[in-house]
Amino acid sequence: MAEVFFVVGIIGSNNIHFEYCCCFLFAVKDGFLRERRGRAGIPQEEDPDLKRPPQNCRGRGEHDMRKYIFGRILFVIPIMLILSFFTFSLTYLSPSDPVTLKYERMGAVPDKEQVEKTKEEMGLNDPFLVQYFHWLGNVLQGDLGESYYYSTSVWYQITRRIPNTLILTAATLALTVLFAVPLGVLCSAYQNKWVDYLFRFISFFGVSMPSFWVGMLLMYLFGVRLKWLPIMGSGSLRHLILPSVTLAFWMASIYVRRVRGSMLEEMNKDYLTGGLALGYSRARIIWTQILPNSLLSVITMFGMSIGSLLGGATIVETIFEWPGVGKMAVEAISIKDYPIIQGYVLWMAIIYVTVNLLVDLSYQILDPRIRLGGKDA
Amino acid sequence: MNLYVRKALKSPGFMVWLVLAVLLILVPVFAPYLAPHDPLTTDYVNSLNAGSGEYLLGTDQIGRCILSRLIYGGRTSLLIVFWVIAIVAVLGIFLGVLSGFLGGWVDMVITRITDIIMAIPSTVFVIALVSVLGPGLHHTILAMSLVGWTEYCRVARALVLSVKENQFVQEARMGGLKEHQVIFRTILPNIVPYLLVNITQDIGAQLLTLSGLSLLGLSSQPPTPEWGFMLSEGRKFIQSAPWLIIYPGLTIVLHVVVFNLLGDSLRDILDPRYVRKRNKRKELLKWRKEKVSNS
Repeated sequence: MAEVFFVVGIIGSNNIHFEYCCCFLFAVKDGFLRERRGRAGIPQEEDPDLKRPPQNCRGRGEHDMRKYIFGRILFVIPIMLILSFFTFSLTYLSPSDPVTLKYERMGAVPDKEQVEKTKEEMGLNDPFLVQYFHWLGNVLQGDLGESYYYSTSVWYQITRRIPNTLILTAATLALTVLFAVPLGVLCSAYQNKWVDYLFRFISFFGVSMPSFWVGMLLMYLFGVRLKWLPIMGSGSLRHLILPSVTLAFWMASIYVRRVRGSMLEEMNKDYLTGGLALGYSRARIIWTQILPNSLLSVITMFGMSIGSLLGGATIVETIFEWPGVGKMAVEAISIKDYPIIQGYVLWMAIIYVTVNLLVDLSYQILDPRIRLGGKDA
Repeated sequence: MNLYVRKALKSPGFMVWLVLAVLLILVPVFAPYLAPHDPLTTDYVNSLNAGSGEYLLGTDQIGRCILSRLIYGGRTSLLIVFWVIAIVAVLGIFLGVLSGFLGGWVDMVITRITDIIMAIPSTVFVIALVSVLGPGLHHTILAMSLVGWTEYCRVARALVLSVKENQFVQEARMGGLKEHQVIFRTILPNIVPYLLVNITQDIGAQLLTLSGLSLLGLSSQPPTPEWGFMLSEGRKFIQSAPWLIIYPGLTIVLHVVVFNLLGDSLRDILDPRYVRKRNKRKELLKWRKEKVSNS
């Protein structure tokens, strides 16, 4: 106990913070004592406050949380509706006419009557809104129309390719987490030492280099020069390495900086000092206390970068000839296959909106301050 | 503003990056005097030259001088980027200030629009727009601007909200200023420094987006030299002529690095929040020392 009051004396010399520090240090002491007892096999003291959280507070919190989750899920519906409207009008406003395109594919030159007839059949003479709702109804049933080029349903073309895109994205994310978190922690733990400078320097270039250029350089080095890895294509794990490393280098560069930043922010708070005063090693406090807290804010940023990751994946897929939806969309652009582009935009938007929804909801679960009704937040 | 200018002149880091950035902008402006060859002239005898006395950085598949193409390419790339930044900044800041200052339904409508635009992954959005509009300089600028303004709008709105409640704004109103005068005389001077930092830092990001688009063949059309498109063409010759991808890439990286560092040094000068955060530890130590010596 003496040590605790000693620390309170030091930190709490500023009167405004005295009460806060006391509360905080007792909480810290309690947690650490509990753990020490547990390790030594001493039975835990019964603490009524810990066993029974304040009832009314928790009840309100759960109610708020449910309300929030419900509202957040509900918010997806208008967003998706507007997105679908936007996607539809993209094609509607496009300068090329689907009927002409269709006949061009068939290699026929239609006369005026035929064009009118096909237009009527395809429902192109209906008012805009009628066409939109007709299209929306089809989309809700999973019918995204028929590709002009492949002459099969867009749904089929996309579902055939989307696993590849998801594999690439997942591999990228795994690599990013694998590198960015430890390096970010390392940089923040040794702030302004040579390790920190080195990785900040590398990540600065990772952010400044176009990811596809990095991909081309890797392709040249490992594919053309050293002949270790296949240059492009897909089919095996070895094909996955270059595209995912390309994307991960860029993503990890962003996240090393973000993890470092939010770690440093957490380190400026008093509980690092408190824990140190209680005799716990700095490394332990960093890994068990500071890292989880700082990852919370990193997770929110993560939802935002899924969008740029999907966009980046489109470019990287094109370079490495990786048969994902991005490459399909880029090819569709050059042949003006609008239903495919529509499907692509819609799918990307769905993935992005869903991931952001999940991130927001997981934030609710992960952060106890929000979960328990935001009393301390 | 005067204070900031003085501060900027004193900071050696900022001046170095500023001079470099200006030089980089001047290169394409004086392209006809700097480029050793015409960027469009082909020389089939010297095609895929790796770099020699006549062609410093080599030639491409139809014998065009790469150095000249890089110098002229800046005209397209930087022009697009600066147009986009100008449109995006003006539009975003205008709407952001409007929504922050007026509040009410204006605020709600503008915020909802930004929410929705931000709900689509931006690269995908730009690709979709360009694909429908058709590739081309103006369409690229239009598509990139339509996506880019939301960030400025959000930042400007947040800044206005934080400035609006200050007493000097109320005092300006009491002093008889009209609403638009309040915006121009009290609010804008307080938020422009932060926004300037945003704008400078955005140049690099837009350059990267643009190079990605032109790599996909969605921006300027051949034979106009453009860095991203040069990469796209060079990709086909990666086995035999790696310099076709190395030099355009390096050019892009050089520009992004210089503009990013310019933005960072500008932030150090203009953003008091950031400086304070950086020096927090030092201040804390100083404060503790004083405490100890006082007691």
